[in-house]
Amino acid sequence: MRWLEYIVFLALVVGLAWPTGLYLARVFERRPTFLDPALRPIESLLYRFFGVDSRQEMSAGVYTLCFVLFSAVSTGGLFLLLLVQRWLPGEPADRYLTTPMTVDLALNTAISFATTTTWQAYGGETTLRYLTQLLGLVSQNFLAGAAGLALGIAFIRGFARERSATLGNFWVDLVRALLWVLLPVAFVGSLALIWQGVPLNLAPYTEAHTLEGGVQTIAQGPVAALEFIKNLGTNGGGFFNANGAHPFENPTPLANFLVLLAIAVLPASLTITFGRMTGRRRAGRLLLAVMVGLFAGGLALCDFAEGATPPRLADLHVSGGNMEGKEVRFGVGGSVLAAVVTSNGATGSYNSMHGSYEPVGVLVPLVNMLLGEVVFGGLGTGLYSLVMIALVAVFLGGLMIGRTPEYLGKKITAIETRLAVLYALLTPAVVLVLAALALATNAGRAGLVTNPGTRGFTEVLFAYASSMANNGQNIAGLDANSVFYNLTTALAMLVGRFGLAALALALAGRFAAQRRWPTTSGTLPGDSATFGVLVLGTILLVGALSFLPVLALGPIAEALRH
Amino acid sequence: MKLREHVRVAVLSVISLTLVTGCIFPLALFAVGRLLYPGQAAGSLVTRDGVVIGSRLIGQNFIRPEYFHPRPSAAGTGYDGTSSGGTNLGPSNPKLIEGVRQLADDYRGTNGLSQDADVPIDAVTRSGSGLDPHISPRNAALQVPRVASARHMGKDVVRHMLADHTKGRQLGFMGQPRVSVLELNLALDRVAPLTPR
Repeated sequence: MRWLEYIVFLALVVGLAWPTGLYLARVFERRPTFLDPALRPIESLLYRFFGVDSRQEMSAGVYTLCFVLFSAVSTGGLFLLLLVQRWLPGEPADRYLTTPMTVDLALNTAISFATTTTWQAYGGETTLRYLTQLLGLVSQNFLAGAAGLALGIAFIRGFARERSATLGNFWVDLVRALLWVLLPVAFVGSLALIWQGVPLNLAPYTEAHTLEGGVQTIAQGPVAALEFIKNLGTNGGGFFNANGAHPFENPTPLANFLVLLAIAVLPASLTITFGRMTGRRRAGRLLLAVMVGLFAGGLALCDFAEGATPPRLADLHVSGGNMEGKEVRFGVGGSVLAAVVTSNGATGSYNSMHGSYEPVGVLVPLVNMLLGEVVFGGLGTGLYSLVMIALVAVFLGGLMIGRTPEYLGKKITAIETRLAVLYALLTPAVVLVLAALALATNAGRAGLVTNPGTRGFTEVLFAYASSMANNGQNIAGLDANSVFYNLTTALAMLVGRFGLAALALALAGRFAAQRRWPTTSGTLPGDSATFGVLVLGTILLVGALSFLPVLALGPIAEALRH
Repeated sequence: MKLREHVRVAVLSVISLTLVTGCIFPLALFAVGRLLYPGQAAGSLVTRDGVVIGSRLIGQNFIRPEYFHPRPSAAGTGYDGTSSGGTNLGPSNPKLIEGVRQLADDYRGTNGLSQDADVPIDAVTRSGSGLDPHISPRNAALQVPRVASARHMGKDVVRHMLADHTKGRQLGFMGQPRVSVLELNLALDRVAPLTPR
């Protein structure tokens, strides 16, 4: 029965990616859509207020600059809001806010939400006022998600254009991403979640008098305003500490299924947008096929690991799949699906505790993040993650057949190759160095408060993989609310967001300036099955070369000891 | 455009778009959402005799033999609605193994099962939220004899009520079959009210 849920999910992702991808192409090519009558006036009003000329295009450099400035202002604003949030009016009452908002925690949180990472070194219900969640976090879930989508579109234009000095206008792409995509979809999706039981109120925490005569205080809040957009924008930070496991965030299997679709469909559909805007539809479909292949492999492995009774518990005459840290309503199936979707989709909204997964079970989300989230991936950013590694594959393919490598009519010369390889090396460089630093220092080891040995090692690796991939899910056994982790994870988030985006856009700018070279018999076609296999192999090869040693010390060692 | 121009646009855009997404969006959602689904928006609260006794979605603790028992919880000291979370214990952590051994012994003792009786895993593991309102049908079925005898009810009657409160997979294929502990216990109280201890 678990397999039916998986298969229906994948079928819906692929099925919905089609129309969604074509719609996105319409929106960002500024062709008419059915929402225009309502949205065009708001759009032009916003441009007038910003003082931008929407017809003016930007070079890759200026586009990147605007993106960085927008993120910097967002981070600064959120940082200030977090510092003063204790003095904001409204619920929850002071006595429930037991985690102090220190300067380092505020900085970490601000960077985290402005980069779509939404890593949380705090628990929502014990730290934040409702107003902070709405004004600061809900808005950044929209804004950072929309900025990511804009980046993805600009990247696509690099391949779609020839002899062009520009990649589009950042402000236009940002506004269109918000008005035509995120806001309307999030509104409908949020209503569906309220229907399923996600609360939306500003009430004080409720005192319930339980059947056995005790008092249970139930944290409340405007949860539904955050819940859908945090997934749609591939952010993922929870309203509550337990994130997607909390019954108020994720009350039913259907709610779970819907938010997982929200994570996967837009990033998957960008492959179709890519094919449409570049006029190489088969190449777009091939990228989607590569994603689906990798997704299915990870899912099967994780299901295999979590579906069996944990061997040490079987010895105690306990039976059933691994349910430590999982909810009964989702079971192993809904939990594993969420683990695989959220770790592929740059979204930290896990619905079960990965810290209690079996070694092979936790290996899958960890590897998904370390590979750079090429399957679906972050909204907008996932597409270029996959295309960048595809370019490395093109280069390798070029070496094999001895021709100048090219992809979709764009020549990959020495400079493009360097950019792509730099992109591929940035993740191992940051993750491995920071993880080593954490394990070599007392400040880093002080975070290991729950699990000893290989699992503790995995927790540290997981934290930096998640930060670098702008994912944000964590193994909460690691106590990450310390100056050391708040600063080092923030550094990884910054490099993961801006370092990777700058490389991707620089490359897109170079491609846009090129002419489109005609296909010859010596070209490795970018839409053939051979190429798909080559890309798949390159992803796994680069991943294995970078991370096999460190994985051997963590989950692999733990699995072998079992 | 100069850098200063770009900074100005960045500041204006963050301010105005924050207003759109952080104020107007939630307000619109409040207007429509609370109109359509007032009960859910308020947290699916359950009242009895005018008193809020909990939320349909949030698990609460039960230890009396007359009630079905929920899963063990790692939220605060157990089912703390302001402190959600799991144990985060890894699968080879001795604390996990010993904890489960203890919980399994307790479960067998409470429900009159033999020393090496097979125990459903959800009964001896802690959920991710610590607020899981559900147990598996197999877990509930093993508790039927205890509940029935503590309440002086027929096992068949309790079993029948359990069946009525067992939810299947949503839409036939999503998630797991499950029993809401609070709702089942409320139904039991309606049939045979308990004297407060």
